[in-house]
Amino acid sequence: MKKPSLRAIGITVVPFLAMCFSVSLWDRIYPRVFGLPFNLFWLILWIPLSALCYWIAYRIEVPQGSSDNSKGAAR
Amino acid sequence: MSNSVVALTVIFAIIIFGSIIGFYAGVRHKMNLEQWTVGGRGFGLMLIWLLMAGEVYTTFSFLGASGWAYSRGGPTLYIIAYLTLGRAVYFHVQPYIWEVGRKFKMQTQPDFFERRYGSKYLAAFVAVVGFVFLIPYLQLQLTGLGIIVGMASFEGISRPVAMIIAFALVAGFVFSSGVRGVAWVSILKDALMLFVVFFIGFGLPYIYFHGIGPMFAEIIKAKPTHLVLPGATKNMGHAWYVSTVFMASLGGLMWPNLFATSFAAKNASTLRRSAVVMTTYNVILPLIFFVGFTALLAVPGLKNGDLALLALVRKTYPAWLLGVIGGTGALTAMVPAAYYILTAATLFAKNFYRPMFAPSMSDDQVAKLAKRMVLVVTGVALYFAIYSSTTLVYLLLIGFAGVSQFFPGVVLGLWWRRITMPGAFIGIVVGVATASFLMLTKRDPFMGINAGFFALCLNFLITVGVSSITRFQPSGFRESSEASAAG
Repeated sequence: MKKPSLRAIGITVVPFLAMCFSVSLWDRIYPRVFGLPFNLFWLILWIPLSALCYWIAYRIEVPQGSSDNSKGAAR
Repeated sequence: MSNSVVALTVIFAIIIFGSIIGFYAGVRHKMNLEQWTVGGRGFGLMLIWLLMAGEVYTTFSFLGASGWAYSRGGPTLYIIAYLTLGRAVYFHVQPYIWEVGRKFKMQTQPDFFERRYGSKYLAAFVAVVGFVFLIPYLQLQLTGLGIIVGMASFEGISRPVAMIIAFALVAGFVFSSGVRGVAWVSILKDALMLFVVFFIGFGLPYIYFHGIGPMFAEIIKAKPTHLVLPGATKNMGHAWYVSTVFMASLGGLMWPNLFATSFAAKNASTLRRSAVVMTTYNVILPLIFFVGFTALLAVPGLKNGDLALLALVRKTYPAWLLGVIGGTGALTAMVPAAYYILTAATLFAKNFYRPMFAPSMSDDQVAKLAKRMVLVVTGVALYFAIYSSTTLVYLLLIGFAGVSQFFPGVVLGLWWRRITMPGAFIGIVVGVATASFLMLTKRDPFMGINAGFFALCLNFLITVGVSSITRFQPSGFRESSEASAAG
């Protein structure tokens, strides 16, 4: 079985560092941002940032032009 | 008309409308076993997206997430993290499951194990474990549906009766729809859900506190520790958070029904794209938290946090709006419940009963048995829903602790050639036994970490250890693989 590319895995590890393992760094109420407690703001911020990371990984795994081709995706 | 009649009428109108959509989407296609289980393998991005949204965003996120925001506080944040991070696992693993699924005509999760490890006993065991841990998830949906019916009736309908109504609704829905019908009802469900969540997520904090910022300011004043971990709990601190998020992210794809969604896709890049797109769906979660946090100060003292969202809605809005919101909640319970029932029934018939007791059964007979099993599965979940009082979120965590034990067998099975059948088998047995023991004896969290995570670590070590000392077996995925599939 072919393996996922290391670069693609690397970029998807970033959200894990930000939202999971670093919890003790950002789990606090202050500074409040847009009225939100900081921990909630931080997690909300990382929803679109994670999607961005996954999209970059998608670009790495599925080169432009082959996105609708099943063979291209499952190389 | 009294308030309860208005609210219940609106709820049932929405449910009936959804069921009609499901029925018509279902009857347009002839239902053989493959059509009923994986929708004929032709789902594009839109249907896959709907199917996965339909299964993931359930009454758990609607009532459960707001319930934990209300009763636990900080620990509810784990939900945003695991649903976002779980997508990374989908992104990397699902396309490969799809690939072997297509090559070897798989319909269910145990099919994957049977092919990879060449053992029908392992497959049957995986089917049983999947079946058992789908029950709490199903119980969660039935309980949620029962809560909605009960609250909308202004306590006129008792809890057991409400649960039985929920049972009848869900079972009827499954019989009429099948997997394709369920996917189409998701459209209605998701549209309503988005509307309702934005409406109450911004509306309720505004009505009670003139905004989200002032709402948090009031909570910080009244309960300064509620918003950070461990919130209102004693044992859900940072170690619990990390272990729970990590376990649930890895385990998300291991739900037998979500695993099988991989097989329904048209191609692998559809799955990758949907993983990217689905991540953005999580922006609705904070809005649901806002409702739970508003309820904390506006309707304090509820014994069961899962009632918080509906109690607040009922106190604030007219009865017809309670009906719309309750009806939406009902669909968010019924759509996933239908899918879990379908999966559990198919697992039992196809991967346990047939290989163990009746090898000569035809696919059509298996499909018939699966349909009969629908009532059994739903009945078992009904029994637990009536007699247990666990919170919705904890029910989900029980299921996760169980199904995440498949992770080593799936991922190592795909990419580690040295893994053996005994390694995978014993790993899952130990993982499931450990998780069950810790949870049944109320030792979760165990030493501050999630019991399912602890079991998963043990499982992983044992899978690797036993595989290393047992005789090498070639992977079932390599046989008959063409030269083009460069492995």
